[in-house]
Amino acid sequence: MADLETFRAETRAWLEANCPAEMRTPTEDEEDTVWGGRNPTFRNDAQRVWLERMGAKGWTAPEWPAAYGGGGLSRDEAKILAGEMRDLGCRSPLSSFGLWMLGPALLKYGSEEQKKKYLPPIVRGEIRWCQGYSEPGAGSDLASLQTRAEDRGDHFLVNGSKIWTSYADKADWIFCLVRTDPKAPKHEGISFLLFDMASPGVSTQPILLISGKSPFCQTFFDDVKVPKDQLVGIPNKGWEIAKYLLTHERNSISSMGGRAHRPVHEVAAAHVGLNDQGLLDDNLLRGQIARLEVDEIAFEFAMERAGDMAKRGEIHGAYSSLLKYYGSELNKRRHETLMASGGSDALEWESDRSEHGAAPRAWLRTKANSIEGGTSEVQLNILAKRILELPGA
Amino acid sequence: MALVLNDEQTMLRDTARSFLASEAPVAALRQLRDANVADGFSRELWKQFAGMGFAGVLIPEDFGGVGLGHVEAGVVAEEIGRNLAATPFLSTAVLTASALLNGGSDAQKAAWLPKIAGGEIIGALAVDEGAKHRPEKTALQATRTGNGFTLNGAKTFVVDGHVADLLVVAARTSGQPGETQGLTLFLVAGDAGGVSRERTVMVDAHNAARVNFDNVQVDADAALGPVDGGYELLERVLNVGRAVLAAELSGVGGQAFDIAQAYVKERSQFGRIIGEFQALQHRSAHLFSELEVTRAAVIKALQTLDASPEKAATIVAVAKARAGASTELAVQEGVQMHGGNGMTDAFDIGLYMKRARVAQELLGDSNFHADRLARANGY
Ligand SMILES: Cc1cc2nc3c(=O)[nH]c(=O)nc-3n(C[C@H](O)[C@H](O)[C@H](O)COP(=O)(O)OP(=O)(O)OC[C@H]3O[C@@H](n4cnc5c(N)ncnc54)[C@H](O)[C@@H]3O)c2cc1C
Repeated sequence: MADLETFRAETRAWLEANCPAEMRTPTEDEEDTVWGGRNPTFRNDAQRVWLERMGAKGWTAPEWPAAYGGGGLSRDEAKILAGEMRDLGCRSPLSSFGLWMLGPALLKYGSEEQKKKYLPPIVRGEIRWCQGYSEPGAGSDLASLQTRAEDRGDHFLVNGSKIWTSYADKADWIFCLVRTDPKAPKHEGISFLLFDMASPGVSTQPILLISGKSPFCQTFFDDVKVPKDQLVGIPNKGWEIAKYLLTHERNSISSMGGRAHRPVHEVAAAHVGLNDQGLLDDNLLRGQIARLEVDEIAFEFAMERAGDMAKRGEIHGAYSSLLKYYGSELNKRRHETLMASGGSDALEWESDRSEHGAAPRAWLRTKANSIEGGTSEVQLNILAKRILELPGA
Repeated sequence: MALVLNDEQTMLRDTARSFLASEAPVAALRQLRDANVADGFSRELWKQFAGMGFAGVLIPEDFGGVGLGHVEAGVVAEEIGRNLAATPFLSTAVLTASALLNGGSDAQKAAWLPKIAGGEIIGALAVDEGAKHRPEKTALQATRTGNGFTLNGAKTFVVDGHVADLLVVAARTSGQPGETQGLTLFLVAGDAGGVSRERTVMVDAHNAARVNFDNVQVDADAALGPVDGGYELLERVLNVGRAVLAAELSGVGGQAFDIAQAYVKERSQFGRIIGEFQALQHRSAHLFSELEVTRAAVIKALQTLDASPEKAATIVAVAKARAGASTELAVQEGVQMHGGNGMTDAFDIGLYMKRARVAQELLGDSNFHADRLARANGY
């Protein structure tokens, strides 16, 4: 414990010295999110400095081994780091599919060479990854995917298309599920491939969302050559990796249910006003917000508890479905409540006053939370089958 | 009275349904949105509305209308909702017309109602001043000066405010914001000196505006209804608007439901039509139940406005509270059942979600109306 207290003091001192002041305010919009990559966009120098410093220390990936660029922290140390960052209001230095999804899968299934090659640039935010899972005909039923990778001796030849590929037009590399054995049962002919989005034959077509933005794409592969050493794990056994990665994706989506945002009651107070007792001047909205906050606080502990159970090896493999279901539904509810709190001010779509419709665009974006990473229905099916073991599920 | 449409009303519904589906489908809204049309609606379509008798649905024949009732206005609104049609129906044919009908002098009625029925002018009701609908909190000042009044203040969320030829403005002639006593409605020309208007582009691509009043001078005969005692009139007009808007919401929810049902009967995953999954069947059936319960409240509210308007306040609150909530459920389920497609602009279901949110907020949301019900029932 004394060691942990030393660690806490050192961590705090380091954060205070190294986290730029601009990185200690709540994030306001999408440009406050740093994605890194070969051609990174930084809104200001503070974003760049913060990423470089955290990346160099491996604290973008606190629990990954130092040998692969990570922070090498224990679970308790990582909690302390997260707690100190929260207390000081430090922003996350890097958002990354590499950190949330690919990294954990490579740590478990990658070869030593693959870990050495791909993990450190993820930690430092130098390579931005996208996820090539869904296809037009394979969404909830992901295992029915049809994108083909033919073995051509020294390389695979990839043909087909993916859809809903988030940020495919901005990503440097893709982790992609492909069918390597079309004759095998659907779960058994899938492999997990990594390749450069700059490879000849890869093209992307952005799709316009209801939020008015186009962060996701349809992605096309036309005779894309992929070197053989870019296959992860065992050929035709990629489904296991795919599922393992999904549990990490689900955990990262569920964290949206936490409270790392401006409290809803503050938004409501600004738009609805207070009564002469200093309480929100809308009884029913006040009740709605209070019930939401109750659930948000409890859910934060549920996430922490799940992490602790996992560390002790006492968690069910399907638990991430519970967190994903609950956290994504909670985040949707949060934004419904935010919209009610903002009233007609929150309906403007374009004005400067509304920051170009920040509230309604964010609200609409959250509707995807219960779709991306596997729908809520799919999570409930998984819970019914794997944890509850209901007959016929 | 039977809580169903009679034969004439059914005929009207069929006419409105085929007219709107052909002349103002969702594609028309997309076009207005994508071309960023400054008016925010089609004047040509509005002329057609007048020709069909829709613009004058509530206006007696003496004033050039067709002299129908609130049920009929609701029938038209429901079809508007189904097609997400951007028209001045609510602002002009319902709210402005009701204000004149319920509060206007003979001269005021004669001056404006025939023009509304003929589709010649656009009207708008300016009530809200803050982010939430709170009519009794009206602060916009109307001070007696000379032979009339001088208006100072600001209104927000004024539907069709930037294109209105005639504004019906709720103003405070005495008392304090929060008091129901001391309100007066005024008729103000949209282009009167001192009026400045800003179109606010909304999430649903329907019209709204912020309207500022800077020393706007009006004559004494610009007052609509009693000076200082305008709250009751305002409430009556708002209740007509709320009930008709509930009917529109019912159309939005009904169509969102139909669109999602068509989708779950067509899309397959796991080698089955997704509509075969009992999880989706139960949620569809639940949603259908919610929408049906709302329909009952809406028609009851509209009929009550026709038969005994003085008793309509409570059932109107029930109708608007329900319509907001069940339509929100319908659009949320609609998007969710579409999976990734529901998040795209290419599919219509997201447009229904956007319209539902705005109509939920407009003229009081579900919380506002549930609170009114509680107060009406003394708790
Ligand atoms: C914003 C966003 C970002 C995304 N990013 C990525 C990405 O980067 N990479 C990627 O590969 N994919 C991505 N996706 C795709 C996402 O994983 C799929 O959309 C999702 O898995 C659902 O598939 P679908 O869209 O084909 O819907 P469908 O599978 O067609 O589902 C339609 C509806 O049917 C329901 N349903 C299906 N099967 C069942 C069942 N057995 N029981 C009950 N209900 C069922 C679903 O829950 C849903 O409500 C993203 C999606 C979104 C919305």
